[in-house]
Amino acid sequence: MHAELEVHFRDSAAKALLDPQLRANFRRAMDGLMAKRKAQFPDPADLQDLRDLSTAIRSRSLLNLPDLLEQFEANCTKNGIRVHWAETCEEANELILGILQSKGAKTLVKGKSMVSEEMHLNAFLEQHGIEALESDLGEYIIQLDGETPSHIIMPAIHKNKDQIARQFSQKIKDAKYTEDVDELTAMARKVLRQKFLDADAGLSGVNFAVAETGTLCLVENEGNGRMSTHVPPLHIAVMGLEKVVARLEDVAPLYAILTRSATGQAVSTYFNLITGPRGTGEKDGPQDVHLVILDNGRSRIYADPQLRATLRCIRCGACMNHCPVYTRVGGHAYEAVYPGPIGKILTPQMEGVGVRHDLIHGSSLCGACGEVCPVEIPIPEILVRLRREATHTDAGSQVAGKGTGRTRTEDWAWRLWAGLLKRPRLYRLAAWFATRFGKALPAGAPLIQNWTRTRTKPVPARRSLQERMRSEAQSGGTRHD
Amino acid sequence: MTDATTSSAASSSARAAILSRLRAAGGGGPLPPLDVTVLERRQWPARERMERLRKGMEAVHTEFLEATPGNWTAVARAFCDREGLKNLLYGPGSEAGARLAADWAADRGAGQGAGGTQLMPYDRPVEAFKDELFNGVDAGFTGTVGGVAETGGLLLMPDAAEPRLMSLVPPIHLALLRASTIQDSFWSAVKALGWGRRLPPNALMISGPSKTADIEQTLAYGVHGPKRLIVILVDDLELA
Ligand code: SF4
Repeated sequence: MHAELEVHFRDSAAKALLDPQLRANFRRAMDGLMAKRKAQFPDPADLQDLRDLSTAIRSRSLLNLPDLLEQFEANCTKNGIRVHWAETCEEANELILGILQSKGAKTLVKGKSMVSEEMHLNAFLEQHGIEALESDLGEYIIQLDGETPSHIIMPAIHKNKDQIARQFSQKIKDAKYTEDVDELTAMARKVLRQKFLDADAGLSGVNFAVAETGTLCLVENEGNGRMSTHVPPLHIAVMGLEKVVARLEDVAPLYAILTRSATGQAVSTYFNLITGPRGTGEKDGPQDVHLVILDNGRSRIYADPQLRATLRCIRCGACMNHCPVYTRVGGHAYEAVYPGPIGKILTPQMEGVGVRHDLIHGSSLCGACGEVCPVEIPIPEILVRLRREATHTDAGSQVAGKGTGRTRTEDWAWRLWAGLLKRPRLYRLAAWFATRFGKALPAGAPLIQNWTRTRTKPVPARRSLQERMRSEAQSGGTRHD
Repeated sequence: MTDATTSSAASSSARAAILSRLRAAGGGGPLPPLDVTVLERRQWPARERMERLRKGMEAVHTEFLEATPGNWTAVARAFCDREGLKNLLYGPGSEAGARLAADWAADRGAGQGAGGTQLMPYDRPVEAFKDELFNGVDAGFTGTVGGVAETGGLLLMPDAAEPRLMSLVPPIHLALLRASTIQDSFWSAVKALGWGRRLPPNALMISGPSKTADIEQTLAYGVHGPKRLIVILVDDLELA
């Protein structure tokens, strides 16, 4: 039991709410993303059919997960992709370091990968003298400032043009100050093309892993993913173990709903299918391709029939774009790798429901996330379930940190309540006191102030229901049965 | 090499532990059925497929050059001349590349298009000319194995004859597309091309020039890959 819990989200959300620049940046971006998504789904029946199909595909993948992973691994190996497995982020980091060191690699260019964020790979490699450079423009922008992504698809969404203009003029050599987006993009292009050319290795994530062919699918607009995976002599891919899908044709609807849900695009600029290193006779492409499959709590999530739905996620970000909380506080307030609704259910399951109970409760349960999720993950229901897990130790539950969110005060309050309910006389006495003197309790009293800080203090009825019933029965009034 | 050995031992024990946990959790329950009617609905007649593809790709700044089976090499050359391209990277071993080179050479022999754009063969491993590829090439020419009507998109299968970086590194990508090879959707293309059975080390779909919206949601083209994508659209529908 925790005497005191760390509360990150409430405090950082409160701070974020006071930053008008941040709020304007998110409001504008989220409004745009919602409108663009809506335009991509003009026919609600068609959208529902596509969601049902996508949900079924992801559910089937999970039902067959161990078999599919083995089939996928066997096909990758046949194709010449070296497959590695890691239970924890530390193991995955060590694996990648080992691969880089065995090739004498000193510089790594990275395509966007949330799993590598989960691993805090950049910091780890830097400690070992390897430069890890983000090449997705958004990731590059935040890396220049030593920040973390505030959105899983658009990592630099919290920044506006002026902020980026100032940053580029300070941090990029020989850069002049400009607020022209094309010029800013051209500056980054110039720096990064040289890096692609010189890099010893490239790293990418994986959007879908195809079991039947042993293929890694990458979705992107910029081309930095293709640069990172085809230009350097070594390509390392990292993926969560849930990413595998049985057939390539199953990927087609997932891809169609991913880009539409994410950025309101019917299609991304590139859909890149990697099925092996440079083949015989090929003149380019990496000589070596390695793949690291990461667990990091996923197999534990998998063990629970209800929570398993969490792993259907295709990381489109639609749930955050539509979340009234995320839109107001932004991604950094969550102090987690995955922000927004998906982060609220994923982070506590990975790090423990007790230590991250702040996330589980930081939701109004309005249901917008579940409504837009392309794979119909019941995020609100899962949040409610995790709220229970945080304070209970149900037998059979494998939820990380179950019961550790119960505070002493909470425990004491429940005990008191249970004690009162078991003793009718005592209960009546307490009710009598509450109805007569409850009004006199100051709003700022300890415990009560947690409620009254943002709400008016409730005023108890002058008499309890029991008292009223009794007196009405005595006076022969209306019967209530 | 101790690092690599220990990590591989760690990897195989991680593998065993992960798979056994997943198996212990149990699959359970019948597989939900897959109803693909939503995908089958996406079908158009050949001519409409061509128009849809073009509309979809033009919306993301792809440019189109209209051509016929007989004149596409001339159309390509006229474009290169018009743009004043210094050179054009091509794959001499590919069918489209060989035809391009043969026709250009014949034109030159006939006294047309002297000077102008030089054809530059991609005939050695990239390591031999990486710097030149990044800094000295104006455009790359590739064929395609098909197109996607629903959203707009070109399907490419780079190989020894037409390497991967030709469609990525030069600032202009010139791609040849025959209208008869345009499929309804990515889903139907995967099935028609048999990609689920066999895939080369790299295959891809391209819908436009490289772009980003990472700065304030403002679209900017040519961020890492080509700044322009030019499709030479060969109308071979009457023949097919
Ligand atoms: S939970 Fe659903 S909406 Fe959110 S990122 Fe994942 S797939 Fe997208």
